[in-house]
Amino acid sequence: MNNYLRPLITTAGLLLLWQSVVILFQLPDYILPSPEQVVKVMHQQRYLLLHHMLPTLTETLAGFMLGALAGCVAACLIAYFKSLSRWFFPLLIISQALPVFAIAPLLVIWFGYGPGSKIAAAILMIFFPVTSALYDGLRRTNPGWLELAKTMNASKHAIFWHIQLPSSLPTLASGLRIAAVVAPVGAIVGEWVGSSKGLGYLMLNANARLQIDMMFAALLVIITMSLILYWCVDLSLKKIVWW
Amino acid sequence: MIPDIHLVRAGLSYRHHIIFNDINLHIPAGSTLALLGASGIGKTSLLRMLAGLTTSAETIQGHIKMSNNINIDTQIAYMAQQDLLLPWLNVLDNVMLPLKLCRHTSKDNRKGETFAENLLERAGLASAKKLFPHQLSGGMRQRTALVRTLIQEKPVILMDEPFSALDTITRYHLQNLALEMLRNKTIIFITHDPIEAIRLADNIYLMEGSPATIKHIASPKSAAPRDIHDDINIKLHAEIFTRLASGEVIT
Repeated sequence: MNNYLRPLITTAGLLLLWQSVVILFQLPDYILPSPEQVVKVMHQQRYLLLHHMLPTLTETLAGFMLGALAGCVAACLIAYFKSLSRWFFPLLIISQALPVFAIAPLLVIWFGYGPGSKIAAAILMIFFPVTSALYDGLRRTNPGWLELAKTMNASKHAIFWHIQLPSSLPTLASGLRIAAVVAPVGAIVGEWVGSSKGLGYLMLNANARLQIDMMFAALLVIITMSLILYWCVDLSLKKIVWW
Repeated sequence: MIPDIHLVRAGLSYRHHIIFNDINLHIPAGSTLALLGASGIGKTSLLRMLAGLTTSAETIQGHIKMSNNINIDTQIAYMAQQDLLLPWLNVLDNVMLPLKLCRHTSKDNRKGETFAENLLERAGLASAKKLFPHQLSGGMRQRTALVRTLIQEKPVILMDEPFSALDTITRYHLQNLALEMLRNKTIIFITHDPIEAIRLADNIYLMEGSPATIKHIASPKSAAPRDIHDDINIKLHAEIFTRLASGEVIT
């Protein structure tokens, strides 16, 4: 059985269970719509869903790239300049401890009602896992390689660039995979707090009107989007960091 | 110029534990010294001290004098027990690593690349230069590490059990290759194998005791690599074993 068939069977099983629960307990659509109903809504409202998916996707991609870049820069700085680590590492922990849900309204005030605040929320969610993964990788470079470089009278800069950085790429890849899954969550949270478009906005709107089937349809689009993003990131990383 | 190395009352402590002290040793230029001894006795610590790899927890006593009065740090190339090849670089790039790390200009790098390719050819790795470490056998990996050591063109080579992870036949071939490629350099190598010491070394020393001391145990007369089936070498092998067991010096 190949790697794609197994998750498909699991998903089909879950959908069957969902459909059975709806039929067995005769649940109304506003409590739990059937998968069949959700698919029907997805088809009927495909242009609306696509219209709202595009801003969420843009915010997610921008948040992912900027968050990953900021995380990499921060990790390199604190690993290269040891004293910076003592000053700024607590701030990194704080950045993760801050619930993005709680400060999302502030982000809207600071960065506006547009995509800026959603991108900022995504960056905040991604920053720590990327920084932490790369910093860990940089600190755990095989000591044998570092000693060998020392016997070659290599400079700190050369060791960092030619040995530490490439050797930390597999751990950075783990951080980026987590970031790929978390990025859409950041964008959606931002949209919940204040926006006029995006899947988060569509979900809130549908919820207020008790259009639970539309909520589920939006959720399925978010899940699909996250899976595709994860798959693209994973595939690229496997090609780039193959060792 | 290949220098003589003098260890004068050399000692090393780890925190308050003395690993070895009062070691006086003369290693003539261009000679090969094999260091035998039990595991954990301090052989690697001595080699690491010579390579400038002591940690802040270690204290060095005495000093290392080079006959050319140039600091030893700039005159050594180090080959560890593991090949320490970088998995993301191919064979040629791994061999070129010392040049990249030392900020050579692109012109130097081009010359270095030609030199590296020549060395790889001598080591029988010309066809493998684009392969990555995971595609190489143990022997090929160690040969690559040997070429990487050689490209540094340092007069002193320090090797810590360089062939111990290899099977007997590969080890035999690699010993010959190392001897051929490292000719005219001052070599200090650690080994647990008396046969390897007899085949390759001009002077064989034993490290023993706590704190450890170093004793000269043999200086085979014929040219290396020696035939281990030669009567003299079979006898020497037996004597070294006796020495290892009883603690006597062979005269």
